[in-house]
Amino acid sequence: MQIRSDEFKERSVFAIHDANLQTALGRARYGFVGKRAQQVADLPEFEQLREEAKNLKNHVLDNLDHYLARYEQAVVASGGQVHWARDAEEARKIILGICKRVGAKTVTKGKSMVSEEIDLNEALIDNGMEVVETDLGEYIIQLAHEPPSHIIAPAVHKTKDQVSDLFEAAHGGPRKTQVPELVDEARRVLRDKYFRADVGITGGNFLVAETGSSIIVTNEGNGDLTQTLAKVHIVTSGIERVVPTLDDATLFLRLLARSATGQETETYTTISTGPRRADDLDGPEEYHVVLVDNGRSKMLAGRFRDMLRCIRCGACMNHCPVYGAVGGHAYGWVYPGPMGSVLTPLIKGLDAAYDLPNACTLNGRCQSVCPVKIPLPELLRELRHLQHQQNITPVMQKRALGIWRWVATRPKLYHALEQLAARALSGIARRGRIRRLPLAGGWTDSRDLPAPTGRTFLELWQGKRGQR
Amino acid sequence: MNAPANASGNARDAILKSVRDALRRDPLDATQVAALDARVPRHTRPAHDEDLVTRFMRKFESRAGTIERVASRDAVPAAVEAYRLAHRLPQRAAVGAALKDLAWPDGWLIHHEAAGITEALAVSRALCGIAETGSLMLASGPHSPTTHNFVPDDHVVVLETARIVDHFEDGWTELRARPEGMPRATNIISGPSRTADVEQTIQLGAHGPRRVHVILVG
Repeated sequence: MQIRSDEFKERSVFAIHDANLQTALGRARYGFVGKRAQQVADLPEFEQLREEAKNLKNHVLDNLDHYLARYEQAVVASGGQVHWARDAEEARKIILGICKRVGAKTVTKGKSMVSEEIDLNEALIDNGMEVVETDLGEYIIQLAHEPPSHIIAPAVHKTKDQVSDLFEAAHGGPRKTQVPELVDEARRVLRDKYFRADVGITGGNFLVAETGSSIIVTNEGNGDLTQTLAKVHIVTSGIERVVPTLDDATLFLRLLARSATGQETETYTTISTGPRRADDLDGPEEYHVVLVDNGRSKMLAGRFRDMLRCIRCGACMNHCPVYGAVGGHAYGWVYPGPMGSVLTPLIKGLDAAYDLPNACTLNGRCQSVCPVKIPLPELLRELRHLQHQQNITPVMQKRALGIWRWVATRPKLYHALEQLAARALSGIARRGRIRRLPLAGGWTDSRDLPAPTGRTFLELWQGKRGQR
Repeated sequence: MNAPANASGNARDAILKSVRDALRRDPLDATQVAALDARVPRHTRPAHDEDLVTRFMRKFESRAGTIERVASRDAVPAAVEAYRLAHRLPQRAAVGAALKDLAWPDGWLIHHEAAGITEALAVSRALCGIAETGSLMLASGPHSPTTHNFVPDDHVVVLETARIVDHFEDGWTELRARPEGMPRATNIISGPSRTADVEQTIQLGAHGPRRVHVILVG
């Protein structure tokens, strides 16, 4: 999809005033956050698992070339093929090449964020293929011609009424209004597609070097029907998703479902190893894995390596107050929320997504729930620093920061100005709040500023010390 | 093939080189590779003090799965027939060849092939059960086609109590012990198919089976 992260501010304003979106976001926040908290409370080892997962990911990244090579060997040994793609264009070419070679007319898809990242659907459709998203959430947004707004719940921004409208327009009436009817209708429509599909494309939550397997974790079973019934199964995955052994994958499986949907396990964990065997009665005749770099090996080099630990659970966005207020579409590309605010500038360019790192309030909730302990606020701060260094930061802001720094490094002057500001703000406050702040209307237009008491922290502190 | 293997080969080498450049090192030497290959992962496994069968049953039922216990394997066909009647299903089923030898009721239309689009009921045998999460593990093969696990509305799975293991890792041990190696598909199934994609409302029977019923033998 065309990146629109430079419209973050405008899109956020629309999002905040979109009643349907706000209803949907409120519901999601409650569900995901509450269920995850319950799962964490039920597993005393959870913190220990987070620490182990962080260390294991670091080990894999330190030896990524080795594990990728071992993984490739094992895939080939099981009769599958591995393709390597440096960037999105190469990945599209490889997948399009396979689809064309087998004369694909219908392509079914399980949920894959990498396929979104590489703009796969457009490429297949432009070449005359019917592309069918089979995850219910993905199917809904495909009908709406929208990108996903969440990495694990792509249609989380839609209300039931909106889904009813989309289904009625796509499938004809009578209009269904209840969740069971809507789910049944999608089930019936998609059944036929699975059985007709020439190629089935899924993501890969984990790639296992020990066995050459790809693992997907789903609740609906759509990914399984997609890969079992098509003649060809293609897995798209980032190079960082490899793990050494099945036992290592287990560590992440224990964290993934709990962090993502607040379940102890998802309904289906599927380990796929190669194409159908000679005596098998079903399964794809070909099994391909497309390993996508697209900026990942560059990320490995420096201070953003930590980001490659990400297992795409979505906990960071579920707990992010900014995501909770504006939803995923405001972020303007494939990955929203805190992880997206780090990944988008790194993959698409620092200047293409200026606002994303700056929208963060640095409250730290994302880091505190991340199953692999990615220091997201630190990485976002680091991105701001890079923007500043590369002169992407707007001139006015740079100047203001320069003045602030000049003042802040002169304590006497700083405290004097602070005292002045505290008194002035307290003076214009009504009932402890400031409804309109001169020069900062953008901030106070949508909320009140709590007013200072008239004395600075330092003054209060010194007063207290004097009393002792 | 349009995409020449060469291009992919170049991309492979370029990506691996880029990875090594990022890590600021050459390819690992033989000693380092041997050390990585010999690595034995030891991760924390969630502790519990429950009996494995009790835990499996409790966990599986907590995810909307149903269970019936029978004393011996011979009792399986009668249990399946009772299930069929309770759910008013037709007298036909896709039965994994692993259960071919059982005395299926007269009048039943049974086949052992892959499941077709109109398949209503499948009966499979699980490789093992995982007590940790109350999950079934099924290995694909001529005796247990994968379509049986996902296409029908009703999936009945036969599991022997002796085959219930504690953690996922014990399940992997079962897989590694197979003389034929890894199956094409290893399906770990924890209850019926579900979705929460419409307004976070959990709805069973999204794309896979609406009901998963375990017949626990022994």
